[in-house]
Amino acid sequence: MTKLKIQSLHKRESELANAKRQLEILSNGIFLNGGLPKFKDKTAETNQFPLKPNKLEIFQVNLGYMCNQVCSHCHVDAGPDRTEIMTKETMKQCLDVIKKTEAHTLDLTGGAPEMNPNFRWFVEEAAKVGIKDFIVRSNLTIIRANKKYYDLPDFFKKHNVHVVSSMPHWTRGKTDKQRGDGVFDKSIKALQELNALGYGMPNSDLKLDLVYNPTGAFLPGDQASLEKEFKKALLEDFGIEFHNLFVITNLPISRFLDYLIASENYEDYMYSLVEAYNPLAVANVMCTNTISVSWDGWLYDCDFNQMLGLKVASKVKHIKDYNEELLQNRNIITSQHCYGCTAGAGSSCQGAVI
Amino acid sequence: MSKTYYDPSDLKKFGNITEWSEELGEKFFDYYKKVFEEGALTAREKSLIALAVSHVVKCPYCIDAYTKDGLQRGITKEEMMEAVHAGAAIESGATLVHAVQMMNKVNQLDG
Repeated sequence: MTKLKIQSLHKRESELANAKRQLEILSNGIFLNGGLPKFKDKTAETNQFPLKPNKLEIFQVNLGYMCNQVCSHCHVDAGPDRTEIMTKETMKQCLDVIKKTEAHTLDLTGGAPEMNPNFRWFVEEAAKVGIKDFIVRSNLTIIRANKKYYDLPDFFKKHNVHVVSSMPHWTRGKTDKQRGDGVFDKSIKALQELNALGYGMPNSDLKLDLVYNPTGAFLPGDQASLEKEFKKALLEDFGIEFHNLFVITNLPISRFLDYLIASENYEDYMYSLVEAYNPLAVANVMCTNTISVSWDGWLYDCDFNQMLGLKVASKVKHIKDYNEELLQNRNIITSQHCYGCTAGAGSSCQGAVI
Repeated sequence: MSKTYYDPSDLKKFGNITEWSEELGEKFFDYYKKVFEEGALTAREKSLIALAVSHVVKCPYCIDAYTKDGLQRGITKEEMMEAVHAGAAIESGATLVHAVQMMNKVNQLDG
């Protein structure tokens, strides 16, 4: 069993478990006294406010906040204590949309999406639709967490699922610091199992990508350079291969916001984000090509807005009423957390955006 | 006026030096940027060199900046410490090699 060092904000009954409180923090302090410009004003400087959707490419579904891990940076505040799980009825509503959406990518996330009791049924049904890129965000340790998950790699292969997994560093110490004791060794074993099935191997159609996000209060470095380091170290040390590394900036929300405040890094981190603001990244942020669906069927501009309770600014707010044309006419809701996606080369669930 | 010689927030104002000498300031920052690009050495290797030199010249701003830069590049704390030791070894060696001058002088005066 992975040793969990921390508990979710919900379990701790932290004030930051409340999304409204997070938004208050992000709108006050250095953003109120003129120290830093609000995201709205910054984007207005380059005539990029309000943000509008481009062509819809990614339909992202959060199957629930339950997870076998409690990672220190988690923007979902996921953990074993979270009971929010998508029902089969909502899954059916999602399937109806998947059949008719223009999006070429279906992206299942969580928590650990595999912990949803109807996960396999949903994957089987969704795979029948024949969407071009079918992603499951798997935390790797779930594969070794319980016997009932041991065959997940075969299940993924059977349905040609594109596996995307978090790996914060190629060393044990840094990985376990962020994701819990023992996570590194279990992740390595899971990656080796996936490689053995063909996942992540050169020229293989079984896609295996890794996600890197920093272990502390600093921004990620260049994606291509980090990918090179990851590939070299994982191959030399463990014989592991993978396709791409997605570099993601930690957004100042939920448990990462809690960490930033507790470690007295909040202001410096926000300065770093604003200093690295890149208008080119704004044009390509993921909320412009993504729709995010929560476990209970509400629609959001992205997974981060979902965690902040910021439902889409559209007449259509729930999957049961889904209308892509209407949704595409909305303004995207932003706040200061959005600086996390516009720093440097930008950040998204698919890594850098420029 | 600050009561300490070093203020961490001054690092954010580094770019302001161009205000009092635009041409020289801009030439410096252009040069600085170019130096740290990928070249015969990787940007990662240059970051570790910069970290070691930061310690040798005892620049607190530079130490903050290149520790953060190293973390962003995935450089481990063990690599960072080894780099600092490399700088420290050269610095102490530079002191100790002067002992030869002392030995020469002793031999000349009292040999």
